[in-house]
Amino acid sequence: MRRIPWKGGLRSAVALIAVFLLLPTLVVIPLSFTEGSLLRWPPRGFSLRWYETLLADPAWRDATLKSLEVALWTALAATAIGTTTALGLTRGRFRGRQLISSLSLSPIVVPTVITAIGTYFVFVRLGIVGTTAGLVLAHTVLALPLVIVSVTNSLRSFDRNLELAALSLGAGPVSTFFRITLPLVAPGVAASALFAFITSWDEIVVALFVTDPVVRTLPVVIFNQLRSGVDPTVAAAATLLVLVTVTALGVALAARRGLKT
Amino acid sequence: MTSTMTSTMTSTRSPGRLELCGVGKRYGKVAAVDDVSIRIAPGEFLTLLGASGSGKTTTLKIIAGFVEPDSGEVRLHDRAITRLPAHRRDIGVVFQNYALFPHLTAAENIAFPLRARGVAKGARLDRVEAALATVHLEGMGDRYPRQLSGGQQQRVALARAIVFEPQVLLMDEPMGALDKKLREALQLEIMRIHRELGITICYVTHDQEEALVMSDRIAIYDHGRIKQVGTAQELYERPESVFVAQFMGESNVFHGTFDGTGRVARVVAPDLPPIAVAPDGSRRPGNGTSAAVIVRPERIRLTRDEPAGDPGPGPGGNVLTGVVQDVIYLGSGRRYLVALPDGSLRQARVGAAEADAGLGRGDAVRLTWECADAVVLEAPAPGREVTS
Repeated sequence: MRRIPWKGGLRSAVALIAVFLLLPTLVVIPLSFTEGSLLRWPPRGFSLRWYETLLADPAWRDATLKSLEVALWTALAATAIGTTTALGLTRGRFRGRQLISSLSLSPIVVPTVITAIGTYFVFVRLGIVGTTAGLVLAHTVLALPLVIVSVTNSLRSFDRNLELAALSLGAGPVSTFFRITLPLVAPGVAASALFAFITSWDEIVVALFVTDPVVRTLPVVIFNQLRSGVDPTVAAAATLLVLVTVTALGVALAARRGLKT
Repeated sequence: MTSTMTSTMTSTRSPGRLELCGVGKRYGKVAAVDDVSIRIAPGEFLTLLGASGSGKTTTLKIIAGFVEPDSGEVRLHDRAITRLPAHRRDIGVVFQNYALFPHLTAAENIAFPLRARGVAKGARLDRVEAALATVHLEGMGDRYPRQLSGGQQQRVALARAIVFEPQVLLMDEPMGALDKKLREALQLEIMRIHRELGITICYVTHDQEEALVMSDRIAIYDHGRIKQVGTAQELYERPESVFVAQFMGESNVFHGTFDGTGRVARVVAPDLPPIAVAPDGSRRPGNGTSAAVIVRPERIRLTRDEPAGDPGPGPGGNVLTGVVQDVIYLGSGRRYLVALPDGSLRQARVGAAEADAGLGRGDAVRLTWECADAVVLEAPAPGREVTS
């Protein structure tokens, strides 16, 4: 390969941008291990006491479990609905396909706060503000486009002849889907499930609108804590958020890589 | 006799009789398949031969049930299967890119149609083994497709398509991705399997030589239509159109006007002496219609044009004079390109067994042939002919 003269400069620029993007996140992690009771830089000493609080304090513990619950249900619902939608959009030949495709991707384009306000008004009417099901529903809407895009890509790169071959060998359409299509797009589906999980796991805007003091997710509690008395538990909670997100992202990327080989 | 020799496949089912009646399929304004009717006899090896986009693959997809025709009917053993979904047709398909399931081993790929049919595990394993033996892949069952070479993948695809003893086997350019040596070996193998299983095969290719080697009969496609169906010999020696003549091997085509009034029928072409022809009774062109004379290069005798000592043609013979433009050495013989007085360039082929007359570029020569060795057809003049 030829050496590009400005390669060194490019490298430093990329490094700078990475630091700029990551620093705020990375600062929080050492803070969560502080001995002191103030959220202050530099952290003093080393202790796990704020993680203890996180697990022991019912408010924090319930929020963590609720976040996990909502994220798991969202991943499940968004993956099921998104996969079938992607199948219909790539395989179907019907009128309005383009329109449905655009509409189902619109949550990416519409500002989240607009979605949140709209969701709130509808949920008030339906009386499902502050319910887990309501939050799952709202998060599913946000996660759907990611699933649809991801699974559509998997299906586009999938060789249709494999399905025709399965049909010619005597397998019906349903059997062909479960034994040929699904196993082969599974890495893409798994990756999209993890993306859906992350989407819900660290979502704050819609959650602020449709949760109540009883049903609260981890980001909502962090947000409320920041406005009242801040203690380093917030940093511990934030670290947990980052850890889970990074893990899920890593698994998703590994799954995608598995798809390519 | 050893046990391994009895372990290859033997078919117990009767091969299918396949029939297409007036089948048509349009994509927008283009007719991909246009009123195609053909019968494939039980156990026959029929090849659909044509350029890419001529409709042969669409025809295959219609037979397989992947594409529903707009018109016409597909029949298997006199039963209409036109609306039958692909998975109920009992027709094996070998795809150009093999379409092996990448997440299954070779053995699992081959077992797939047996599982779909609910064959019990014991019988399934036996039949997979037998199918692997049939394609000479014993012991390779545990490999995944990506661990096999192109030729081996093709054999697995073939085994998978025959293991459930379908009534008909369809093959869509199955050797397209293989090199010449491998292709020739697999051609012989497919012919052997065809012989051993007695299965009905419909094979699609654009490779004329492949069609000649393998087929019982060949159907020549052009623009979605079948131009002619016949054995290789019939197509070569009695083409029904200039298209078929030019598609099957080399040919010299003389366009002119048919004149059947004299003792010997003739075709009068501009700037050439009249060409004596022996029209086939059923295909005799009408008087005064435009016609084409087709002469194969190997039917032409080439001699030095010497003013004295040549007896001239017999009553049914033709002589044209020209100048050698090029001599191409083929190993098995020589091909001469000869310029005629009308400005056209014609070919003559002389086998290696015949004496080399020492003709070279610039020599004046005579092209001689018996009228019985040429084919005359009613055909539009080349300017008005619809070509692709």
